[in-house]
Amino acid sequence: MVEAVLSLTVLGVILGVVLGLASRFFKVEGNPLIDEVEALLPGIQCAQCGYPGCRPYSEAIVNESEAVTLCPPGGISTAALLAKKMGVELNLSTMEEKEKTIAFVDESLCIGCTRCFQVCPTDSLLGAPQQVHTVIPEVCTSCEACIDLCPTGALRMVPIETTVRTWHWHKPESPGHQARTR
Amino acid sequence: MNVFGIRGGAKVSGRKESTAETPIEKMPMPRMLHVPLQQHIGVPAVPIVSVGSRVRKGQLIAASKGAVSAPVHAPTSGFVTRIGDYLAPHPSGLPVLTLSLEPDGRDEWAELPDTLQLETATPKEIADRVSQAGVVGMGGAAFPSAVKLSMGNQYELDSLILNGAECEPYLTCDDRLMRERAEETVVGTKFMMKALGVSKAFIAIEDNKAASFKSMQSACGEGSDIEVVYVPARYPMGSSKHLVQAITGRETPANGRTADLGVIVNNVATAFAVYEACCLGRPLISRIVTLSGEAVSRPANYETLIGTLAAELMKQSGGLTEEPQQLLMGGPMMGQPLQNLDVPIVKGTSGILALRRMEIPEQNVMPCIGCGSCVTVCPAGLMPMAMMNKIDHDDVDGADDIGLRDCISCGSCNYVCPSHIPLVQFFNYGKGKLKEQDKDKIRHDKIKVLTEARERRLEKQGVH
Amino acid sequence: MTAISEMSAPYVRKEKSVARTMTFVMVALMPATLYGLYLYGWPAIILFTTTIVSAVLFEVLSLLVARKPVARFTSDGSAILTAWLLAISLPPWAPWWIAVLGSAVAIVIGKHVFGGLGQNVFNPAMVGRVVLLISFPLEMTSFVDPAPLLSASAPTFLQSMDIVFGTATIDAYTGATVLDLLKTTVSQGGTVQEGLAGQYALGSWLAGSHAGSMAEGADILLFIGGVMLIFTRVIQWFIPISTLLSIAAISTVFNIVDPNIYPDAMVHLFTGSAMLGAFYIATDPVTSPTSPKGQIFFGITLGILIYVLRTWAQYPESMSFAILLMNAVAPLIDRYLRPRIFGRTLRGDPLDGPR
Repeated sequence: MVEAVLSLTVLGVILGVVLGLASRFFKVEGNPLIDEVEALLPGIQCAQCGYPGCRPYSEAIVNESEAVTLCPPGGISTAALLAKKMGVELNLSTMEEKEKTIAFVDESLCIGCTRCFQVCPTDSLLGAPQQVHTVIPEVCTSCEACIDLCPTGALRMVPIETTVRTWHWHKPESPGHQARTR
Repeated sequence: MNVFGIRGGAKVSGRKESTAETPIEKMPMPRMLHVPLQQHIGVPAVPIVSVGSRVRKGQLIAASKGAVSAPVHAPTSGFVTRIGDYLAPHPSGLPVLTLSLEPDGRDEWAELPDTLQLETATPKEIADRVSQAGVVGMGGAAFPSAVKLSMGNQYELDSLILNGAECEPYLTCDDRLMRERAEETVVGTKFMMKALGVSKAFIAIEDNKAASFKSMQSACGEGSDIEVVYVPARYPMGSSKHLVQAITGRETPANGRTADLGVIVNNVATAFAVYEACCLGRPLISRIVTLSGEAVSRPANYETLIGTLAAELMKQSGGLTEEPQQLLMGGPMMGQPLQNLDVPIVKGTSGILALRRMEIPEQNVMPCIGCGSCVTVCPAGLMPMAMMNKIDHDDVDGADDIGLRDCISCGSCNYVCPSHIPLVQFFNYGKGKLKEQDKDKIRHDKIKVLTEARERRLEKQGVH
Repeated sequence: MTAISEMSAPYVRKEKSVARTMTFVMVALMPATLYGLYLYGWPAIILFTTTIVSAVLFEVLSLLVARKPVARFTSDGSAILTAWLLAISLPPWAPWWIAVLGSAVAIVIGKHVFGGLGQNVFNPAMVGRVVLLISFPLEMTSFVDPAPLLSASAPTFLQSMDIVFGTATIDAYTGATVLDLLKTTVSQGGTVQEGLAGQYALGSWLAGSHAGSMAEGADILLFIGGVMLIFTRVIQWFIPISTLLSIAAISTVFNIVDPNIYPDAMVHLFTGSAMLGAFYIATDPVTSPTSPKGQIFFGITLGILIYVLRTWAQYPESMSFAILLMNAVAPLIDRYLRPRIFGRTLRGDPLDGPR
């Protein structure tokens, strides 16, 4: 009886010391997971997710199990990567495959006021005073930060057109679910 | 010669009887021609004539742009009435930039370059001539042939294989070509061999085409360095990597080309087009098209000008006997569905099919029962039902992990599935999604770089 | 013109369907089943019919509850086939409630609770049988000697109804199966030869003149049916052949070591449900691996398991347990034993250079 109590106590003390030392010497500064999650986000700081930037959103995902589907510019592909990283189920029900849009400047209406391109996070919206502004479509992130700043309505979001080169087949009905009627 | 087999593959019913024995007919001049400027893999050709101008037959109307591109020539003499969007021969129903030409009935040739002599022409001259003639892969892939013929410069090549397999049901255009134009095809083959710098060529013909075999063999003659061989009539024998395996026993490494093994594969119709370009100086402006299917009054093979609408072919064949269940461009295994016949024939169009309900019975889709038929039949060694399951659950990356990119979309799995699951559509969707993801990733990386550059610029300017 | 295409190529298909597959298997089972029904007379026929009818009923009920299209799924024949396999592995004169309970467990729990066709992990017929075996060992091991239809010793139709639905006992007819007898004899110190005495005549068991479940009687008919299924490409040869070869190999090895205790390959292959299991149960597409490599591995391991369980475990016939154990492992086998992708090594890296 005494031996049992003694041996377990000694074991507990030793293990406690080992754990304490480990937590001291193997301590990880900060949470590297937050950095990894942030790297997966587009980094545009557009705040469409509801957080003031990509870093706060990453922190929320890691610390508060925030949903991974809140980033519209990232889209479904980013949500999938985040879900994989965090090891959670990907619930796409709240994410619609929103029609992809990019900003577009109607050159007949643009007055060259320069208010819009200053806020563009990637400089895909360019211009100069008194010069017609324009958008480089390949790197517009659709964050919509610029739209409300245009005084003439020249700047608007337009859908990205599918061409013969970008079209692909739609997903067929699931063979398992096709069975469900009514 | 002993050929090796291919792994897997399905025995599909040929259904070629209705057109295999009828000789090639020449299509009468259509009322209008609509010539798309993208009929090939690569950058679309750029128009160099303007609306209203008169062009002659074989005249260059759109120039190639960049290394992987092909020029487009006028199929007949006439007036350019429009250059703009027109319905593309594509399942999406989306338009493509097309030049519309109204024939003037004179069919007058433009000035053509001189004949090249096989003995004196250099490989570069041959490749240049093929490039200028706008010759692309006529088996359907439409890869610019001149680029392929120049591969002798980058790779160590030892043989050329001419693909006369024609494994798709209904199609017989290559079969008739080999029977009726064997000599010319062989001459074209010799030019290709010279361009590639190889000394040996094989003409591969499926063993259900005995007449073509004999015809090509006698055109090659005795003791030639072109050998005509039979390959088993097993779908998808016409896939170039599998054809190479069947003949040489070697497997093309993943992400590689057959050129890595020293072999180049070209369709027999491409060889014929090379002949026309080198010996007659003519650019590629027409091809043989099989019009078939039980909904067609009189199925046949037609020598057709590029840009002819499929509806004209159908009219020539006596029209439809009934409302077809499905209109197709190409074969029924890998062809593109069409919404109507107002699409132009392009360089890669091997056939137009109008199929009745009886030929493609509607079947209920059942859940997958895991029978494994798809696994046994897959020529790429994949597990189709496993990939389908993952894609079904929106795990396209998971499907990629088990080989989605190696799928050649041949449709053998779909053909044998007892639950009638549209496997190929799942994979085409999956591959499309992967392509989108790849593009997105590149875009995201660019965006990150630009965002950071902007941050630095603003810091330097003291703003923020 | 034609409707806008919703589906991509291919547009042609082979004449295959789930219903066709099930039908072919039933056709292959027909000779052996008819023979078994003949051997055991009216009670067997009544029991068989009861099993099938109740299975179809439970299938319809489950489909209604799951709100799936009833007609389409009932007509695929999978419920009937499950019931058929269950019925012929029961003792031929079992009471009716064994049949009904077995069907219920097999169809509802073994198949529909998992998600219906294609979703179950375990073979439904075997789930039904094992549940019955463990819950009602007495009824499930009361075998009778054959009493062929129309023979003097056979019960009449009315007597049979009484046996199946009523309270008549079957003591006058009981016997033990070959494996049963073997196991008891050997465990009591006798030799294999003594255990088989009077029973051991290849001809006689092929002709089914010993007690057993309905399927045990006509192994040769099952074998012929199975081979026909392989030739018509309804099933692939990998599983049946590797299972049978595996059983044959391991039993031969042990037979050479001590022929007095371990029976030889012929005994193992043609008694019990080895044939039935190898050709009809292990090949169930839903619960077996899909790749050829996987199927061969499955068959070999199944054969070993059957032998091990038969020889050293409690039950004289263990095919159903062996099958369930292997079913559990099948998805794992599928994950690790994949075919080699064209142009790549086994590990998945591209091949380098000319091969």
